[in-house]
Amino acid sequence: MVPNIFILLSILIPVFAAILNLVIRERENLRDFLTFIASVLTFFCVLAILISVGNETTKEIVLLSVIPGLKISFQVEPLGLLFALLASGLWILTHVYAVGYMRENKEAKHSKFFAYFSLAIACVMGIAFSSNMFTLFFFYEALTLTTYPLVAHKGTDSAVKGARTYFGILIGTSIGLQLTAIIWTFIISGTLDFSKGGILNGHLEGPLVTLLLFLYVFGIGKAALMPFHKWLPAAMVAPTPVSALLHAVAVVKAGVFTVLKVGIYIFGLEFLQNSGASYWLMWFAAGTIMIASLIAITKDNLKARLAYSTVSQLSYITLGVALATSMGVLGAGAHIVMHAMGKITLFMCAGSIYVVTKKTNISQMTGLGKVMPITFGAFFVGSLSIIGLPPLGGSWSKWFLLMGALEADQWFMVLILIFSSLLNIAYLLPIVAKGFFLSQEKGLPQKYSESIALVWLPPAITALCCIILFFTVGYLLDFLAPIVLPE
Amino acid sequence: MSLPISHSDSFSLVEQLPILQILVPFVSAPLIVFIGNRTIAWWITFLASLISLLISINLLLLVNDGSIISYHIGGWAPPIGIEYRVDALNAFVLVLIALISTIVAPYAYKSVGNEIPKEHHTLFYAAYLLCVTGLMGVVITGDVFNVFVFLEISSLASYVLISLGSHRDKRALTSAFNYLIIGTIGATFFVIGIGLLYMVTGTLNMIDMAGLLEGKSSSSTVRSAFAFIIVGVGLKLAIYPLHIWLPKAYTFAPSFITAFLAATATKVAIYILLRFMFTIFRPSFLEELNVLNFVILPLSIAAMIIASLIAIFQKDFKGLLAYSSIAQVGYILLGISIMSESGLTAAIIHLFNHGITKVALFMVAGAYVIKRGGSLLTNLQGAGFTMPWTSAAAVVGCLSLIGVPGTAGFISKWILVEAAIENGKWPLAIVIIFSSLLAVVYCGRVIETLYFKNGNDETIVNESPLTMLISIWIASLACIYFGLSTDITISVSDLAAKMLYLK
Repeated sequence: MVPNIFILLSILIPVFAAILNLVIRERENLRDFLTFIASVLTFFCVLAILISVGNETTKEIVLLSVIPGLKISFQVEPLGLLFALLASGLWILTHVYAVGYMRENKEAKHSKFFAYFSLAIACVMGIAFSSNMFTLFFFYEALTLTTYPLVAHKGTDSAVKGARTYFGILIGTSIGLQLTAIIWTFIISGTLDFSKGGILNGHLEGPLVTLLLFLYVFGIGKAALMPFHKWLPAAMVAPTPVSALLHAVAVVKAGVFTVLKVGIYIFGLEFLQNSGASYWLMWFAAGTIMIASLIAITKDNLKARLAYSTVSQLSYITLGVALATSMGVLGAGAHIVMHAMGKITLFMCAGSIYVVTKKTNISQMTGLGKVMPITFGAFFVGSLSIIGLPPLGGSWSKWFLLMGALEADQWFMVLILIFSSLLNIAYLLPIVAKGFFLSQEKGLPQKYSESIALVWLPPAITALCCIILFFTVGYLLDFLAPIVLPE
Repeated sequence: MSLPISHSDSFSLVEQLPILQILVPFVSAPLIVFIGNRTIAWWITFLASLISLLISINLLLLVNDGSIISYHIGGWAPPIGIEYRVDALNAFVLVLIALISTIVAPYAYKSVGNEIPKEHHTLFYAAYLLCVTGLMGVVITGDVFNVFVFLEISSLASYVLISLGSHRDKRALTSAFNYLIIGTIGATFFVIGIGLLYMVTGTLNMIDMAGLLEGKSSSSTVRSAFAFIIVGVGLKLAIYPLHIWLPKAYTFAPSFITAFLAATATKVAIYILLRFMFTIFRPSFLEELNVLNFVILPLSIAAMIIASLIAIFQKDFKGLLAYSSIAQVGYILLGISIMSESGLTAAIIHLFNHGITKVALFMVAGAYVIKRGGSLLTNLQGAGFTMPWTSAAAVVGCLSLIGVPGTAGFISKWILVEAAIENGKWPLAIVIIFSSLLAVVYCGRVIETLYFKNGNDETIVNESPLTMLISIWIASLACIYFGLSTDITISVSDLAAKMLYLK
């Protein structure tokens, strides 16, 4: 019973934090401190689950049954637990960072901002612990709705327009495609429960499997598979902490997490492989990886470049699922963590630069490395992790994905992965190089000028985590192993 | 109507429930006029609604096991006398009407006070209760001519009620007149149809008539009766090309009336349609004529697509909701035209869920009329900040219209899509989902206007009166409640659908 209580707590504490934010909106310090406490508590709840359950799969707890067969229910399972751990852990750091960022930048309406932020975390926890597709869909939609105001937070015309794209694509794909897929699944298999080996085997065959898979993966707009990726760059109008946590970790990872869940627990790897359904998906993923990387190179706006980089990196995970080999899936699972850690570092650095200099374009950031050594150092580490160089965590997930591609005999995919790493170098490292080696432009600070510690410390910590992850990947693999073990 | 002699009082009261359902609002109406006090008028309206609700819930509990209550007016046995006949379907619709009437009652106090001149209040409430009486009568009676009579009572009352919107906007008069003309044509068609049926069968009792119609499905009199009735009722329920009266009437009527009528009037018309189609003409007749596939189905699809598209371009929030209502009626008709038990279940459950959703949204629109000076989308800009509670309710309602999980709208759409696919009608599932996407667009527009188009940066909170908020939030919470707990709604509509098919 212990984990069940903590599951509920991990969802309820953020909700409570949101209410708290709205109630004591006037007393800033108290409010932000209590939210911090809430984030730490949430993290401890997830830790407690980890300690009591480990990487086993628990029995589901049914919260309520909506229609016979459709129920809101939760369970702990390695992949979800990992995702919850990641999101709640990074929430602590991002909250600290967001407090610094919002205050330094004098952004408006803090209490509302933090309230929606906390609600979004609650939704992520719901997604992570959901034990069937309906519950997942419920929280998936709720996540879109709670992050929509965050994207539009600035209230400017461009923010409203960006938010409209965000809302339109995410809700449109989820209702138009994903819901169709879910109903279809429910009708042919009579259940939506996640179960290892899938629930579709024997209920569907031939090209229909491919069709259903496509309804799912395109319906999960949060996974940003092209051509439904536009919402992600559009969402970059949001304040940077939002981009950092939600659009490098929570929202996009909720997307690929859902893809993984669908791949492993709805279709089942063996079924995916045997039916050949994932073959086409692989090409779409590969296409997204390449095209998004190429677009990223052309972007001068730092956050836009990072956004396209995210689009590209998310498709690594989709590719891992599409390979439908155990190595591929493990790589995909690991990449959720590695990419999250690397990308959140980059986003927080982008925010840190913005706080100090108000610059958003890469061409204006020359020479900044000398005056903001910590920020640029962290950015460098994050970049290397995204590229996948040792001794950084990102190298492992790429390694596993490569192995997965080899296991599946997909030589072309191996080439794609390698070539994409080169593209990563092309769009990330010049930023660092220009920052450290060129001289400053006029109007930029000339001597050491990091912002307050609340802003530079969090990216430094996540950068450090990227390094730690390189050495601790063994635990991660052991932890995830059960999801690919045969029954 | 003397109470039958029995040993326990409560027993006899239970026996009289069907007639009490009608009598309570019916007697309250003249009482209001007699007393002539505005505040008392409101209290009577509220209490009458509440008692009606209790009665209807009691009736529903009585028939929830699949039984049927037959009440003989004046003790005259049918088919000679008039029979009130309560089964799961009409008990459910009765609950809907009474529930809506009770929910909107607190709202009425301020809303009516604001929109109707004081001297009209008592007459207004009297007309309103007559409208409620009419709608309930239509639903409860087992006599076809009685249906017509009650339908006219409710219609005449609603013409009056809509025209009273003229104190806010003169266009209410033309809208009401428009509705009167079209409504009368509809009623005429309907009564011609009933006349033809009487010609063939010589009876007016539904069950009797159904029995006598058996084997006469090829008679051209019966067929034209069917056609007249469908068109007549179709005008009332705003089947797509017969909908022209609805948007204007809903836009210019007093807000309180719009909220009530939107949630009940079209639903009652759908009930009549169901009753005639399934109880009187029987499913076999429908299959023989194939009228659902060739008439109702295409029209419902047209409604779902075209009305939704029109809704997207509306400038007035009430107009947007009105077109959305036409589209939602399309969903219900679609469920009926799937021609299966599951489709019928979906139709009945959507009838209820949509009623709840629309009443919430129209009440919100009415709140904007009072506080923002109108319900044009330009009036609504930034209302998310000045009226946070009202606007939050608007968001809940919109989500339910879209069919986001956790709301009532999701349940009915899920069941509808499931029914379509179960019966091998894939394309219909796609139409439903496409129409939901259109709903995303028009609802998205509303939400965006409320929260992100803050032209004049108002931040001072100027919230709706508490009584209105209470009504609005009861309805909104009902949207959520019936989206999470479906024990009542699904089991009742399942039972109702089964009984319609069995008979």
